[in-house]
Amino acid sequence: MGASSALSNEKLKWMYTQMCRIRDFEERVKRTFVEHPGVIRGHAHLGDGAEASIVGSLATRHENDLVMPSYRCHGYPLVLGTSAKAVMAEIYQRKTGVCKGFGGSMHLADPAHHLPTASGIIGQGIAHAAGAAYAAQVKKTGQVVYSFFGDGSSKQGAFYETLNMAAVWKLPVVFVLENNEYQAYTHIKLEDANAIAGDPLSQKAKAFSIPGVTVDGTDPLKVYDVVSEAAERARAGNGPTLVESKFYRFSPHGNAITVPPVPTQFQEHEAIEVYGNKAEFQAAKDNDPIKKFRAHLISTGVLNEAEAKKIEDFVRTEMDEVVKFALESPMPAPEDALNNVYA
Amino acid sequence: MAREMMFAEAIAVAITEEMQRDPSVVFYGQNMAMTDRDPFVRKFGKDRVRITPISETAELGVAIGAAMNGLRPIVELYMAEFMLVAFDEVVNEAPRLRYMSGGQVKVPCVFKAGFGFAAGWAGQHSNCIYHAMMGIPGLKVAVPSTSADAMGLMRAAIRDDNPVVYLHHYMLTIDKGPVPEGEHIVPFGVADVKRQGTDVTIVATAWMVKKSLAAAEQLAKEGISAEVVDPRTLAPLDVDTIVESVKKTGRLVLVDQAPRHASAAAVIAGEVAERGFEYLKAPVKMVTALDASVPYSEPMEKFVLPSEDKIVQAVKSVMARQAAVV
Repeated sequence: MGASSALSNEKLKWMYTQMCRIRDFEERVKRTFVEHPGVIRGHAHLGDGAEASIVGSLATRHENDLVMPSYRCHGYPLVLGTSAKAVMAEIYQRKTGVCKGFGGSMHLADPAHHLPTASGIIGQGIAHAAGAAYAAQVKKTGQVVYSFFGDGSSKQGAFYETLNMAAVWKLPVVFVLENNEYQAYTHIKLEDANAIAGDPLSQKAKAFSIPGVTVDGTDPLKVYDVVSEAAERARAGNGPTLVESKFYRFSPHGNAITVPPVPTQFQEHEAIEVYGNKAEFQAAKDNDPIKKFRAHLISTGVLNEAEAKKIEDFVRTEMDEVVKFALESPMPAPEDALNNVYA
Repeated sequence: MAREMMFAEAIAVAITEEMQRDPSVVFYGQNMAMTDRDPFVRKFGKDRVRITPISETAELGVAIGAAMNGLRPIVELYMAEFMLVAFDEVVNEAPRLRYMSGGQVKVPCVFKAGFGFAAGWAGQHSNCIYHAMMGIPGLKVAVPSTSADAMGLMRAAIRDDNPVVYLHHYMLTIDKGPVPEGEHIVPFGVADVKRQGTDVTIVATAWMVKKSLAAAEQLAKEGISAEVVDPRTLAPLDVDTIVESVKKTGRLVLVDQAPRHASAAAVIAGEVAERGFEYLKAPVKMVTALDASVPYSEPMEKFVLPSEDKIVQAVKSVMARQAAVV
């Protein structure tokens, strides 16, 4: 029995609600490219499919624990308590955005809600997370830092350097490697030695003599069990753990990279668009973490059909308001661009 | 009362005293703090003073993350070029995070490194790479030339709420110089006139200040009065003091150990062209390294790098040029 068996019904409902919020939020981001072209600039990366992994991980947090995600970062602040309106307004380039329009989709930050920054450069944020953990260790704050990054990041030097240093220094950090099988557009079997050999990516942990665990990232309770153990190990001063959380992202890497005025939208997932593998994509969709968790909660009596529907309606209404708020929010003044260069 | 101190000692004293003053200052790097006998470990313990693996990306990235969670890390990098293997952290992480967060976080950290060796270290350990940092908004760059500035700028760097690249020239390491008593601090963005003069302004940094002062001595014997201005920090850059000096002298020689097109000299020349053109009696002259990597063999190294003699010749050429124009 894992730690998740002690989760209250209230917490389980909260987890389902957060998963629904992430899914609806990301779908609204995606729809924006069609419904309001030009409102989102640059590159946006969605976390649909990651809901169970994100929520199962973050449900283990203690109050002051920090979270440092990669550029695929919309989901985490929603769970941490950042206003979804402020997140969407940021993605919509607005002054009311959580970063006042300075960062955008790839660089969300909300230190007041324990998310200091997200780096848009693959793998580099892993080192920042270890650094925040070093500060926690020196200042004896009791914090654990949750570092989230994709499978692609695990081919970066920052990953290897940081995991070694975090192991040597026994830093209170949990490394969550989100294996969604694609490094941008490249399938993992084209670029990861472990994957090619049929081994789990968590075995990279062996190189640093730290625990490495692979978990089904489509099941929030299994994720909770593994991550809570890793977090408590870190909190107890026993150092980092590498958790490989396996799930599938339902959207492609990002919106299509186009040059204005050519409109940008989300295309089909790479599995279909690049590799012509509809069966792989369909199998992942059939294993949708939200559908599975909903069925689990109903079968165990935590929710009934009406209560589940109520949550889903509540989330849909929230996201309608989120989009409305972001669309109606003012843009920053041009000269605001010279703020925040130096502290 | 001033005290005599070696350049490197002045830096160490600044770090020690700042660590005593502020428990959030930590200091780490490769090949340091290896045993309990290390003086920094003895004073501050192994939480605040640490040896790291040879992993610059992790060292710098950890500093950035630690800075965002309440520490003021100083990373000992030894050689500026070692930052190149982790350049994303230097130029695309540390200075960007505050801005991209809309001012919500601050990243107070110091990346300390020696640079510019000219004692036969050849192509990969003899460089001046500050040009790649001084134009990065959010990043500050300090390049002290004296013991006093080395101490004062290190103190200011540690207290600054922004990431600072602190570059100390290896050839100055054992030079002795006076350092004011007490908490000597040199503010960033304030140039120092190292020598007053009336005929020509020489702007130089780090080791080149020493060479420029020696050149100025030589020129004085020939009746030419050179003013030597040291910006001390390249970001922020005190253009006002340079323009003021040019207003007085009417001539400008820029001395920089970097190759011509990757030099601070080229940037300063542009600023003076825009803001001080009307004061110039002669074209600006740049004395920089030649556009070659730094060679190993001594005669070739000397040929490539700026020297006292090259500075003297440059000053004489701007003086002559003016005479020819008049």
